[in-house]
Amino acid sequence: MTMPGNSAPAALHAPIDARDRPPSSVYGPVAWMRANLFNGWLSSGVTILFGYLIIRAAIGFVDWGFLNAIWTVPALPNGNPDPATCRAVRGTGACWAAVGDKWRFITFGRYPYDQQWRPGICIALFLSLYVMSAMRQFWRKELAFIWLGILTLIGVLMWGGVLGLRYVPQDEWGGLPITLILATFGLAFAFPLAVFVALGRRSTQMPAVKLICVLYVELIRGVPLVALLFMASVMLPLFLPSGMNIDKLLRAQIAIILFVGAYVAEVIRGGLQALPKGQAEAADALGLSYWQKTMRITLPQALRLVIPPLVNTFIGFFKDTSLVLIIGIFDLLTSGKTAMSDPTWQGSSTEIYIVMAIVYFGFCFAMSTYSRSVERKLDSAHNR
Amino acid sequence: MSSTFDPRLANARIAPKRGIRLSWSDPKFRNIIFQILIVSALGLAIWYVAHNTQRNLEIQRVATGFGFLGRTAGIPIGEALVPYDPAVNTYGRALVVGLLNTLKVAVIGIVLSTILGTIVGICRLSKNWLISRISAVYVETLRDIPVLLQLLLWYTLLQGLPAPRQAINIGDAVFLSNRGLKMPLIEWQDAHWWTLAAFVLGALGTLAWNRTALRQRDETGKKPPVWPAALGLMVLLPVLVWASLGAPFAIEYPALRGFNFSGGGIISPEYFALLLGLTIYTSAYIAEIVRSGIQAVPRGQWEAAGALGLRQGAVLRLIVLPQATRVIIPPMTSQYLNITKNSSLAVAIGFQDVVSLSQTTLNQTGQAIEGVAIVMAVFLTISLSISLFMNWYNARIALTER
Repeated sequence: MTMPGNSAPAALHAPIDARDRPPSSVYGPVAWMRANLFNGWLSSGVTILFGYLIIRAAIGFVDWGFLNAIWTVPALPNGNPDPATCRAVRGTGACWAAVGDKWRFITFGRYPYDQQWRPGICIALFLSLYVMSAMRQFWRKELAFIWLGILTLIGVLMWGGVLGLRYVPQDEWGGLPITLILATFGLAFAFPLAVFVALGRRSTQMPAVKLICVLYVELIRGVPLVALLFMASVMLPLFLPSGMNIDKLLRAQIAIILFVGAYVAEVIRGGLQALPKGQAEAADALGLSYWQKTMRITLPQALRLVIPPLVNTFIGFFKDTSLVLIIGIFDLLTSGKTAMSDPTWQGSSTEIYIVMAIVYFGFCFAMSTYSRSVERKLDSAHNR
Repeated sequence: MSSTFDPRLANARIAPKRGIRLSWSDPKFRNIIFQILIVSALGLAIWYVAHNTQRNLEIQRVATGFGFLGRTAGIPIGEALVPYDPAVNTYGRALVVGLLNTLKVAVIGIVLSTILGTIVGICRLSKNWLISRISAVYVETLRDIPVLLQLLLWYTLLQGLPAPRQAINIGDAVFLSNRGLKMPLIEWQDAHWWTLAAFVLGALGTLAWNRTALRQRDETGKKPPVWPAALGLMVLLPVLVWASLGAPFAIEYPALRGFNFSGGGIISPEYFALLLGLTIYTSAYIAEIVRSGIQAVPRGQWEAAGALGLRQGAVLRLIVLPQATRVIIPPMTSQYLNITKNSSLAVAIGFQDVVSLSQTTLNQTGQAIEGVAIVMAVFLTISLSISLFMNWYNARIALTER
């Protein structure tokens, strides 16, 4: 297959003749299918079986979720939605009208209806905070102040009571903002705690501090979060002087901070261990003090190393905030479950669960995609 | 003290061992002061908390101590592995029932999720594009949805099954309804216990024979066959014992009485949903661990095994998986710990595990500290035993480097 010699540039861009193409047995969709789908009788059998199952499941889902689904329902004379059409298709079609009717409740919980723009803005603020923290050009000291500023702003918006905003007590909050608050504040407080615990656990000079850190990490990691949450909701009031009371959300938040702190500490410790010893020795040789060495040499490098596992820990813990359902805190999952108990929409639980699963999936998938891209960047930086 | 003498040290000046100077510029002294400060601050905090707790308990008139474990519980428990009657049995027994339920979920969950996870992990590396895509979607989707949400969804779906009267009927023996999965059960008699004992004895004997055979192989190069011993000890012996005791055999089929089934064995919807949710969720993680473990085995191993003429399946079974196991075991341990800890989510769907029962106990008796202490002790013990076992296994299969 040699090109006609003289007028090379024109010939290179000319369409390749059909006879010059590789035969379809080694190139093209048919060859691809033969290599990847029908490579031997076992492979072909499996492909056909699973292909059939997938197509059947897909047809079933499209029938249920789209073709037979009810998207809106007419209103009753008293203004409430009429679920009769939904009940008629029970089992054969989805009732997305339930989600359409309940989405404000699922998202914002029992927050006063006319004030729900405030938690709405809070969700947007949280999202912009995450996006900013993920971008490299923001990885500087000012980021801490941005966090502080945005978290304060969120507190002002949620509580109100100033700037002409109506005061909304904390037990009326609910839905997605609570999930984001638990996750974000949990991270913001657990992270510094984890750094200190990781440093303490690696300390060679202070055995007492090391022992305390080891005990803390191992005790917390040994028990399930559910038990910790129960503990926090029952024990914390006992620990405080009588008469002093802290609310349920704060108790759960403390339990989550302690829980996440232990796991993140282990991740950071892994990063510190992975760092070549020469870095610390060089810093010692330069005569840097312990804190100079840690803050300027070892910790920044260790944290860079552990970004991917750190993000994976955060994904796990973002999902775990849903466990507060068990102690009755009104997060996204709890408000969804409460919405399901509405007698009007009885039997539409699956639809609501699916929508909530999509919301959680969106957050976690974004984080894991980000973690993978950082990993690739770090890898390419190492391989240079 | 050491008997060896390093000639390089003959004229070396060894730094004098100096004590601690009582000066702020001595790092050793500073460290001791810091430690004293930290420990005393912690001690003070603990004393303060303990003091408050004591005061609060006095105000609430709660007597501390584990005496409540001996009192009659009165907690109805849906499913129990040991006989339990709420009117007679104590809180202690209720907690034991809960512990057994936790173990029942954890052990079976670990076994099932390991099997499922390994299959999915291997499938993700399949040359068949469709299979590897399905596995990838399975893993990515399930890992990004909270396990509690998955559990609740499974539970809702199981509740949506038809009532017992319209149960899904498989061969008039297995019935699937919203009351759970009913299946036939062998009527258990003493003879069966003896048969089981004979089987266990036979299994031990086979293991012993296998070791002898292996030793003989090391000495002579020939391995005597193991299968006749296995057949004789593990199949013939139990059958003989069973036959000599009159060969009792009766199957109890579930039958519809009134609104529910009676007779036969049952898997309750709560247990089923919990097991299903935990197994599927954890299997996604295990699949990733297995996949990365297999990928950690150098390509040369595959190629060398292929050059020796082994088939794909044999390469995987004999060459790759044993080597991958070394990479797989440590992260697998933490997944096993996770499944055990996640079994406490049983509370959310009303399956009575140890956390749920200790919570009920705590609400009824007000013994908060004791209840929490029991839960912590139980989970720390389970976690520690799993870690110890897996560390032992890890050490056993670790590469012996010479």
